[in-house]
Amino acid sequence: MSAAPSHKAGLFDCRDSFAATIEALAEADPRIVTVVSDSVGSSKLGGFRTKFPERMVNVGIAEQTLVAVGAGLANGGKVPFVSAASCFITGRALEQVKADIAYSNVNVKLIGQSSGVAYGELGPTHHSIEDLAWLRLFNNLKLIVPADPWQTAEAIKAAAAYDGPVFVRVSRMAVPALERPEGARFEIGKAETLVEGTDATIIANGTMVHRGVAAAKTLAAEGISARVVNMATVNPLDEDAITAAIATGAIVTVEEHSVRGGLGGAIAEVVATTEPVPMRILGFPGFVPTGSAEWLFDHFGLNETGIADAVRQTVARKK
Amino acid sequence: MVYEAGQGHPGGDFSATDILAALYFGVMHYNPKEPRDPGRDRFVMSKGHCTGAFYSVLAAAGYFPEADLATYMEPLSMLNGHPNRNYLPGVETNTGPLGHGLPVATGIAIAGQIDKADYRTFVLTGDGELQEGSNWEAALTAGHRKLENLTLIVDRNRLQQGARTEDTASLDPLDDKWRAFGWHVEVVDGHDHAQLLDVLSASPKGRGKPLCVIANTFKGKGVSFMHDNVSWHHGVPNKDQYEQAMRELV
Repeated sequence: MSAAPSHKAGLFDCRDSFAATIEALAEADPRIVTVVSDSVGSSKLGGFRTKFPERMVNVGIAEQTLVAVGAGLANGGKVPFVSAASCFITGRALEQVKADIAYSNVNVKLIGQSSGVAYGELGPTHHSIEDLAWLRLFNNLKLIVPADPWQTAEAIKAAAAYDGPVFVRVSRMAVPALERPEGARFEIGKAETLVEGTDATIIANGTMVHRGVAAAKTLAAEGISARVVNMATVNPLDEDAITAAIATGAIVTVEEHSVRGGLGGAIAEVVATTEPVPMRILGFPGFVPTGSAEWLFDHFGLNETGIADAVRQTVARKK
Repeated sequence: MVYEAGQGHPGGDFSATDILAALYFGVMHYNPKEPRDPGRDRFVMSKGHCTGAFYSVLAAAGYFPEADLATYMEPLSMLNGHPNRNYLPGVETNTGPLGHGLPVATGIAIAGQIDKADYRTFVLTGDGELQEGSNWEAALTAGHRKLENLTLIVDRNRLQQGARTEDTASLDPLDDKWRAFGWHVEVVDGHDHAQLLDVLSASPKGRGKPLCVIANTFKGKGVSFMHDNVSWHHGVPNKDQYEQAMRELV
């Protein structure tokens, strides 16, 4: 199992940020409860359990009931944060997410932990690279993929403040804190531009954003001006940011997800039905081999080199 | 309704009607003028295909005009083939796929337990529906948490869509199964209002266990040609059958 270091060498495990934020929110709002399926440790909710033992519901290893109990708690006036491994809270309970949460349109926050290929060595049963494709089908379910600890905290706060169903995908992979302008804010549905550029746009989310920033620096040194957009919200998409990306004439998307139906697919739907420009979608092709997350990122070109290559090739296709 | 809409699930509607009537007109506390009153008793219709019975009772309870029943399953009607809380007051959660009601009702009961609230949560499942594993996940949690504010009623008509439950994936001994999961069990005649009112009205305070009421019923109860007949799971009567059924039911 890939044990991501917490706060080591300037890198962060976003689950720590989730846990600290949910504890702080729960201090202020007695309606907040957590629901887990034997996933206290993997969700880093040990501190929450100590502080608010009566406000944590552990249903055991039972994902369908996990999600449905969240719907019931919302019916009883609570603001439930339902947290489990992303591969199971989505795939194993997909119909509960559909009927009990999205279709019923209830105030439940689903937290998909250890998403993507964080459990790389455990193989495709434990990889969660289909989750966004499945959940994108539910039009009213907000989908947020934060890129670093600050954005994870802001996403959790925004989810708590929003009255309706939200899914937040929380990685356990070590990521750096992104550099942002003073006064940066997070808003559901609003992308943030981390690097300005005019020749192409790299649109990434989650663990791929800082790799996109690194690729843009490489490209700048050779005279290619690549914009980097952090599209943390996959539903609803920031269509203004996509329109602006189209204006740069080339788009490369990068995500820790299958290339089928994730961030790239969502953006391609917009690009293809507005003003098509050359696009590349970087991600995993489908089931991938067993291997550490970092090995998989390198193997499938989800790193600085692979992203820079994709941008060069896509810029070359511009008319 | 089923006759006019040309579709529906009359067999299961008739097996559940007495149970629903007992709940809404003898047991539950609710105010149709304030359908989301936080203190209301909750009812979750897990056998969501039996909207013929459910909507009739909701209308009679005052949630919407009885005249609206004529729009059952019409385009844009709030009376969908399966209940939708976003359109219809009195519906707590959207159901239709089986095995959803008990887990959601368990969550409602946990919220009540955390708040030490007085409201009770009732859920009605079919018996064939208990073949869905999600029910047993929830049964574990409800038993473990001693949710005395939760009552499950099983509409034990012994028929599912295609055959008898006991010839498909048998459930007996059903009472022992619930007891083994930490529930208190009562077995009643699901068409006997006095028995239903007796077990459902009793205060749950101090019981220390969720309650499972196994209500023995007959699919198609009240209509001779539908009675205990598997072909009426989702049959639609023709004009002669409709008129005969109405004569027998009145």
